[in-house]
Amino acid sequence: MKLTVWTYEGPPHVGAIRVATAMKGLHYVLHAPQGDTYADLLFTMIERRDHRPPVTYTTFQARDLGSDTASLFRTACQDAYDRFEPEAIIVGASCTAELIQDDPGGLAETMGLPVPVIPLELPSYQRKEAFGADETFYRIVRALAQPCEKTARVSCNILGGTALGFRHRDDIAEITNLLYELGIEVNVCAPLGATPADIARMGAAHFNVLLYPETGETAARHLERAFDQPYTKTVPIGTNATRAFVEEVRALSGSTAPLDDRSLRQTWWTRSVDSTYLTGKRVFIFGDATHAMAMAKVARDEMGFEVAGLGCYNREFARPLRALAKEMGVEPLITDDYLEVERAIEAAQPEMILGTQMERHIGKRLGIPCAVISAPVHVQDFPARYSPVMGFEGANVLFDTLVHPLVMGLEEHLLHMFREDFEFHDAAGPSHHGGHAPKPVEAPATEEAPAATGEVVWLHDAERELKKIPFFVRGKARRNTETFAMGQGLTEISIDTLYEAKAHYAR
Amino acid sequence: MTEHLPPPPATGCRATPVLKERGQREVFCGLTGIIWLHRKMQDAFFLVVGSRTCAHLLQSAAGVMIFAEPRFATAILEESDLAGLNDAHAELDRTVSELLARRPDIRQLFLVGSCPSEVIKLDLARAAERLTVEHAPRVRVLNYSGSGIETTFTQGEDACLAAMVPVLPETQADELLVVGALPDVVEDQMLGLLDAMGIGPVRLLPARHVDADTAVGPNTRFALVQPFLGDTHAALTRRGATHIPAPFPFGEEGTTAWLAAVARAFGVDAETFARVTEAPRARARKAIAQAAETLRAKSVFFFPDSQLEIPLARFLARECGMEPIEVGSPYIHDALHGPDLDLLPAGPAISEGQDVDKQLDRCRAAAPDLTVCGLGLANPLEAEGLSTKWAIELVFTPVHFYEQAGDLAALFARSLKRRAILQAATT
Ligand code: SF4
Repeated sequence: MKLTVWTYEGPPHVGAIRVATAMKGLHYVLHAPQGDTYADLLFTMIERRDHRPPVTYTTFQARDLGSDTASLFRTACQDAYDRFEPEAIIVGASCTAELIQDDPGGLAETMGLPVPVIPLELPSYQRKEAFGADETFYRIVRALAQPCEKTARVSCNILGGTALGFRHRDDIAEITNLLYELGIEVNVCAPLGATPADIARMGAAHFNVLLYPETGETAARHLERAFDQPYTKTVPIGTNATRAFVEEVRALSGSTAPLDDRSLRQTWWTRSVDSTYLTGKRVFIFGDATHAMAMAKVARDEMGFEVAGLGCYNREFARPLRALAKEMGVEPLITDDYLEVERAIEAAQPEMILGTQMERHIGKRLGIPCAVISAPVHVQDFPARYSPVMGFEGANVLFDTLVHPLVMGLEEHLLHMFREDFEFHDAAGPSHHGGHAPKPVEAPATEEAPAATGEVVWLHDAERELKKIPFFVRGKARRNTETFAMGQGLTEISIDTLYEAKAHYAR
Repeated sequence: MTEHLPPPPATGCRATPVLKERGQREVFCGLTGIIWLHRKMQDAFFLVVGSRTCAHLLQSAAGVMIFAEPRFATAILEESDLAGLNDAHAELDRTVSELLARRPDIRQLFLVGSCPSEVIKLDLARAAERLTVEHAPRVRVLNYSGSGIETTFTQGEDACLAAMVPVLPETQADELLVVGALPDVVEDQMLGLLDAMGIGPVRLLPARHVDADTAVGPNTRFALVQPFLGDTHAALTRRGATHIPAPFPFGEEGTTAWLAAVARAFGVDAETFARVTEAPRARARKAIAQAAETLRAKSVFFFPDSQLEIPLARFLARECGMEPIEVGSPYIHDALHGPDLDLLPAGPAISEGQDVDKQLDRCRAAAPDLTVCGLGLANPLEAEGLSTKWAIELVFTPVHFYEQAGDLAALFARSLKRRAILQAATT
């Protein structure tokens, strides 16, 4: 039993729904109780989809248990076929149906439906959403992809895009365009946008572009084995990774077409003198492993930030993340416990968080600005405008995304210079945010009297001096000073202690 | 004392044959009630014993709300818990201790059953008894089921309140008990009105804190403010309390009729009743009139969702001039919904349960001006050209009693107004 407040991933059948919803002409018959239909709102509300997900939930009730849940499943399956006439059907069980062991796959197979029926085995009590998506996509590909002749011109498939993915729609458009410039056609993009008939002809591609390892890697491996299609290993997030990706694609395709990178502005934007204030900003990065690792590299190598923490919620991809964290000199945080992430962020006192919707909320609580860089995300992270995070335009978007939450350079200086101006103060937040700036939540005690934190006591003057420090660095200053004081064996913190600590930690 | 009300219709809907549907449903399960119950009961914690799906449901339903550490969580069952029930009980005890250690402010703990815990027959009643003993006197532990195989959406609140009834202290007092969770501001308005009529003390279920003086006994008379409390109604009746049947307090008419039923039961004279209600009634009528301009003569179609559908259809038909085409409700209880059905003019189809695809066919064929439906259906129907109002907002917004009557009408009007604005701008 695991005590859980918020979760980063849903159950595995939600992953299967993400695949089914991404595709066309496919229907999912899910043996599940009525409450599980909440999953529809993830797509219709959060992603603003204008169609219901292609899912039939059997919605069995307590009174059906033990008697006729199996026939309920058969009826639902037949009705779904008659009404929606899909090209193929996937069938499976949610967590509750797994316990009643009706075997949806076996039931559906005996029905003699005139279309392929693909059974899914998704262990609800062991695995999670990304696994569900990855496994479902693999099962579909394995069942439907046929051996076929390679296309005359060099072509590839794009793998891993799903419904409810972070920026999948725009990433795929961006990378499709990049491949086109390299003279490579996209044979099939799947699951996002593909029909079962499209899946059948995936073997015609010369190689695969794997954009989302979390949801496409097992299929990519299968295609490599079955149709001799190698797949790309670099995820093109950031300028450096995009260039490396292009080299990888050139090697796989033999393309020598020149690449027009005139639309890439990020490299100049980061070098322009205005950006010097970004140097050494301490960022904490958490998300799915692929996005977290890519963002860590962008943060360090392309933005000049310091990576103060790095982690992911999907254990399946922990190994490469651990290696990267080690290289960056930080402790890797592999957990799906939101409270643990919150504690780690609080301890690290970063100046900015790059995370999921959960970290945005953590940031709000702690008064630390946050940019969202990974699923799971809320409705506001499905923008109307074109905003990929992959390719050259993605690098531009990332520059904006990573800079926007911060107080700008000159404003930051002014805040340091005139600390007690009643109209121009840090609690108002960055002035380009209007009323939406993060507001720090400080313990009321620290506002009033000298407060004891741990064993050291802040003297009144020191406490007042501390408050003159803008909030976006105040937490760090408080922590550093306390650590410093304890290291010196002090029990009180005076103004002198504060500045001695500042000198001690000067970077 | 109801002389200002328009007469009831010659034929109401109480005798209308109900279309009973059994097919695929598109509704939440009872766990969803935790989202508002945990805010209402400030010293209570809700621990769902369920799967990752249950945790994800709560998160998705609460996703747009306050994100601090809430007073609910899920004990997610893992493979090892399914292997042996004894171990599962031990694990539950450990989890509860861990939780209570972290939240010393918690005085009542609800163990909430889910589909998986029901199917593996994890006996949460036994666990609640054991844990009550273990954590007495600081924490009282109760249990109820919010599972999707047994409860639909708002029935979760019903199950929760019904679980509290047996442990309420016994009283002989002739008191009014108002049953159903209301937003605090609305509850205070209601108490103000009752107090002005000289009715009091008024007891509340649920109370905001565990040590409130809510008690029940043979002289208790209770009024429901939510139309989904069938089991709680039965549990209170078993404790000897008497139900005051009334339409639900939505809109000016519903609120007046509800108050009148209570006033009659407690012998309030007509003059006092008129003096107390006159001003807020006039205000409510005025507020409704504005939104009703948009709603008048428009047709409305209700998908089953919260069991609020019948009283709301009555409100929209009688106070806003709308024409209901179909009124779907997950469940219909005559004892609870009868008074509202009497007032709802005959005409609309009344349906209970759901077969969502067939109902969508009926809805499309009827092409209503406004469709009230769940979050999974709203955007797809909008994309097909229908105006929709998502039903969950009606549960999460203060809509009861006089001062909210205008807001309630406006919630429905806003969808239509918005469409009109956007259309005007593009033509
Ligand atoms: S329907 Fe059952 S399994 Fe699904 S979320 Fe509700 S209680 Fe959990």
